[in-house]
Amino acid sequence: MRHNYIDRYARLDSPVHRIRPDVKLAAALGLVLATVAVPFSLTAYFVSVTLFLILIVALSRVPVSFVVRRLLLLQPFVAGVVVLAFFRPDGWTVAARVVLKSNICLLTMLLLANTTPFSALLGVLTRFRAPGLLVTVLSLMYRYVFLLVDQGERMMRARRSRTFVRGRLSWMTGAGIVAHLFIRSTERAERVYAAMTARGWRV
Amino acid sequence: MHIPDGFLDTKTVIATAALSGVAVGASLRTLNRSLPRRQVPLMGLAAAFVFAAQMVNFPIAGGTSGHLMGGVLTAVLLGPAAGIVVMAAVLIVQCLLFADGGVLALGANIFNMGVIGTVGGFGIYRAVYGILGSERGRFIAIAVGAWGSTILAATVCAGELAWSGTAPWDAAFTAMVNVHMLIGLGEAVITVLVLSVIRASRPGLFTDPLMPRTRDHYVLFVTYGVTAALGIAFFVAPFASPLPDGLEHAVAQLGIHGSSLPPATTSPMPGYVIPGMGSPVAATAVAGAIGTVVVFFVGYLLARIAVPASSLRGATDAGGEKTG
Repeated sequence: MRHNYIDRYARLDSPVHRIRPDVKLAAALGLVLATVAVPFSLTAYFVSVTLFLILIVALSRVPVSFVVRRLLLLQPFVAGVVVLAFFRPDGWTVAARVVLKSNICLLTMLLLANTTPFSALLGVLTRFRAPGLLVTVLSLMYRYVFLLVDQGERMMRARRSRTFVRGRLSWMTGAGIVAHLFIRSTERAERVYAAMTARGWRV
Repeated sequence: MHIPDGFLDTKTVIATAALSGVAVGASLRTLNRSLPRRQVPLMGLAAAFVFAAQMVNFPIAGGTSGHLMGGVLTAVLLGPAAGIVVMAAVLIVQCLLFADGGVLALGANIFNMGVIGTVGGFGIYRAVYGILGSERGRFIAIAVGAWGSTILAATVCAGELAWSGTAPWDAAFTAMVNVHMLIGLGEAVITVLVLSVIRASRPGLFTDPLMPRTRDHYVLFVTYGVTAALGIAFFVAPFASPLPDGLEHAVAQLGIHGSSLPPATTSPMPGYVIPGMGSPVAATAVAGAIGTVVVFFVGYLLARIAVPASSLRGATDAGGEKTG
């Protein structure tokens, strides 16, 4: 079972990790906003922001290979939309602008996620009066997602060890796994509710 | 369909954030009043479930595989208001922890997949179920709703990209909708199969789509209707109407923006025109109409599997007769 499934490097210790989460969240949002708003012709901005982000990667001790792999993993999403830009008369310029800007934003958010524990970000949201129910749903989701992912993986492993078919799931089996994952989630929700009430939880 | 940052311009970011803010806010307000406290942990676990379920891959031809999106699935199981909040939570976590979908584009992604995908799909489900009635009709309605929700989300997404000037409407609409007609078919099949398994082992987990009509319910209904209509008016109508310059002209007159609207009709795209069809957009619309018929047929076949004849005979409720 992988407990640190989601924000693997968020709990390292480095100068970047020690910055207050609200400051980091505001800085990341400001950087993304500026990157989207600044005109493409302002080369000095893009060069300096890229250098700044590389500096942060180095300071934060998050492995470079991890950052690069994550960034590459996200490229299909960028590429899918960039293809459409080529149907514009000025396709190349639009595509270059969009690829550069979105990659800077992706890197910014990856660094935020991997230098700040999600619970700290939720704390910031609560302080800025985000709706209580939404924060509760988010924190429960964060707490239980790795258990459910693990449960799903166990079910798929069980399927593999019982059906001697090479390769992938059939649709019927996949649907069965998803359905039973939901049923088990509702049962777990009942137990979680009982446990929360027993500890004096109020909405 | 997750839009990254850098693809949407300022006016689209603000418009989508406002629309999804209103829809999610109204859902939260209603849930705060009417949701039993017991159900609160279920919403958190349902969000975790959607995330985990998206990791189960379904094989598609050609070595690729797809996964569930889950908007209609959650709406059918928990109701549309909880469905919107659950999908919003999933999209927020994907954005903040995986950079999957941009922060500034979060409003757009929540609006497309969380609001339009969930409410639109649930609306279709409810309407078709209302017409067909029977238990098999319910599964046909689920298939059509899941398919329609994917198409609606793709259409609005294409409109947002066009409104931002990132891609021309013709290309964005044609590509997005044609691809998502196939993806939506997968979504329909998975949603029906999953719900049929849940129905077989835990029939009590289905919420009744014909909810009691309380005042909150009407407020929510109107809010969803208005936000969806505004979204379509902003992102789709300027391009899809027969007089494409009407709203653009009006908006330009009001001085809301300058010349940032894309030249929707200037790129010729010869490769996209199907012989005998006027334009790729018209061809896509025709394909959509054919697709709807296909989905009804697929939904009927799936419903026969999902609701076997033996369970129909056992059904005691008013709508339990055979499907026509």
